[in-house]
Amino acid sequence: MTAQAEAGTPVRIPPGVRVAAGKTFYVLRRWPVLPIIILGAVTVGAIFAPLLSPHDPLLGKLIDEREPPAWHAEGSTRFLLGTDPLGRDILSRIIYGAQVSLKLAGAVLAVGTIVGTILGLISGWYGGLIDEFLMRLAELNFAVPFVLVALASAVVFGPSFGLMVILLSIYSWAGFARQIRAETLRLKSTDYVALARVAGASVPRTLFRHILPGVINTVVVLMTLNLGQLILAEAGLSFLGVGIPGPTPAWGSMVADGRDYISQNYWIALLPGLAIFFVVYAMNFMGDWLRDRWDPRLRQL
Amino acid sequence: MPGTGFGVARFLIRRVALGLFVMWFATIIVFALSRAAGDPRYLFVSEYSTKEQWEEWGVRFGLDRPYPMQYLIWLGKAVRGNFGESIYFNDEPKKIIGGRWLATFQLAIAAYIFAIILGVPLGAWSAITRGTGLDLLARSIALVGQAMPGFWLGIMLILLFSVILGLLPTSGSGTWKHFVLPAVTLGWFPAAGILRLVRSSMLDTLDSEYIKFARAKGVTSRKIIWKHAFRNALIVPMTYAGILLAAFITGAVVTETVFLWPGLGRLSVQAVFNTDFPMLSALVMLFTATFLVVNLVIDMLYVVIDPRIRIQ
Repeated sequence: MTAQAEAGTPVRIPPGVRVAAGKTFYVLRRWPVLPIIILGAVTVGAIFAPLLSPHDPLLGKLIDEREPPAWHAEGSTRFLLGTDPLGRDILSRIIYGAQVSLKLAGAVLAVGTIVGTILGLISGWYGGLIDEFLMRLAELNFAVPFVLVALASAVVFGPSFGLMVILLSIYSWAGFARQIRAETLRLKSTDYVALARVAGASVPRTLFRHILPGVINTVVVLMTLNLGQLILAEAGLSFLGVGIPGPTPAWGSMVADGRDYISQNYWIALLPGLAIFFVVYAMNFMGDWLRDRWDPRLRQL
Repeated sequence: MPGTGFGVARFLIRRVALGLFVMWFATIIVFALSRAAGDPRYLFVSEYSTKEQWEEWGVRFGLDRPYPMQYLIWLGKAVRGNFGESIYFNDEPKKIIGGRWLATFQLAIAAYIFAIILGVPLGAWSAITRGTGLDLLARSIALVGQAMPGFWLGIMLILLFSVILGLLPTSGSGTWKHFVLPAVTLGWFPAAGILRLVRSSMLDTLDSEYIKFARAKGVTSRKIIWKHAFRNALIVPMTYAGILLAAFITGAVVTETVFLWPGLGRLSVQAVFNTDFPMLSALVMLFTATFLVVNLVIDMLYVVIDPRIRIQ
């Protein structure tokens, strides 16, 4: 058979099943099918949370505390994913938790992206002292331990949704500013930008009409790559008890609720953590995929 | 090369100056937060306190002066390592930190070793077998590692290895067994990052001219991969160590909370919840300084290892 074939003889692929399998693999490799399904499900769940959740996410009866999920022998279909120590339905809380996570991530990305992109454009265009100052400010983000500053602010000002948006925006703007600055530096010396300047375009016009479209791919890729990190950061702070204040369902604080019951009622900590994991996984995957397609220069990130 | 020494000196001076600027900025954040927390006298006041005592404390802490003066007085002491007395421990933060830093340092070393042992070989392996099932597996491990929240991973490891299998202790410290779960929890995220970096830098190196030349010369594949490509690919994760440290500090806070590890991470969480600002200030400054020093050392090592940097 193949072992005896002459070198250079074309290998014959059996027709039928293998080709079909190849096609499926091709689609799976080319398109991020699984992440799209996960993100789609989470988005739909977040938007239609009141219709989809079987119980009230905030109210539970103590008589229903720590009910096991439906696949357990003692479980019932009344609480598909079981209940937490206060008798609240975990499935409903996970669905509403998606809403909270996406709202927060959306708000932070809006602020962080806009501020970071504008400062990156300014930094790259003007250079000099402004550039030096902004870039040193961006470096501070790495050097000063964010988690401690966030913890302290939450204790001082009291944890709230607004504070989380502010803190996480401060956390995320620097990544945008640095990358957009580098891109702006590159575009600044191109002929088309020089021509726009010669033709009399003002600085704001040059930045927003000529340079911004050139960096928008990078912005979108960075946004996607950032989303997962933001959700992880929010979950971490909520786990430590200083993120989204209770009783609002946040995935991180739901894991914290189940921590003391891990030896008897594992599902309370397991399931919300799985939700975080799947969403962050899907977003990271989408980010990588978009980067490879739209902006391969960022691959070193 | 003439002028090289001068270049290094300028580089050092610039970096140290920038480091001091960062430290100074951190002091402002810390001071502002501690003052925003309210009058520190409320932490000492009891039903037996008198108005005279209140006034006396005000003078002692310098609260009768304007904020900029208060800041300068505080800064003057902080520069000398005096952050006041910890409210919770009734002792100098220096002494408490001195008793705890070793636990965090040991944990960080164990986690770093775990991250290197997992990340470097898998990354190299993934690059060599690019596009095959093995590569896909290694990349999936990286994606999974970067998507798992550290606190949840820790709790799940406790569930599996302590509750179900009964092999390892759930918390505390002392024996090597106590190190396994916290080190894996803390090291998992960096391991995923290292894996991806080693893979991409190894792919770049394998694609470079000098590797092609070595192949054309007839050097064996094994020799090319391990002697030429792998050694060069190792530089990239080394520069990543700086960013890794920032991730470690955040990770240590969470990991030490989950495993009740008696280190600096848990100490900071305690300081925050006790509104123990002298302690917290000392810790923030310590973490910031550590980060800056380690990064400076890494950048200098980088110049030593990779001669291409020196030319720029």
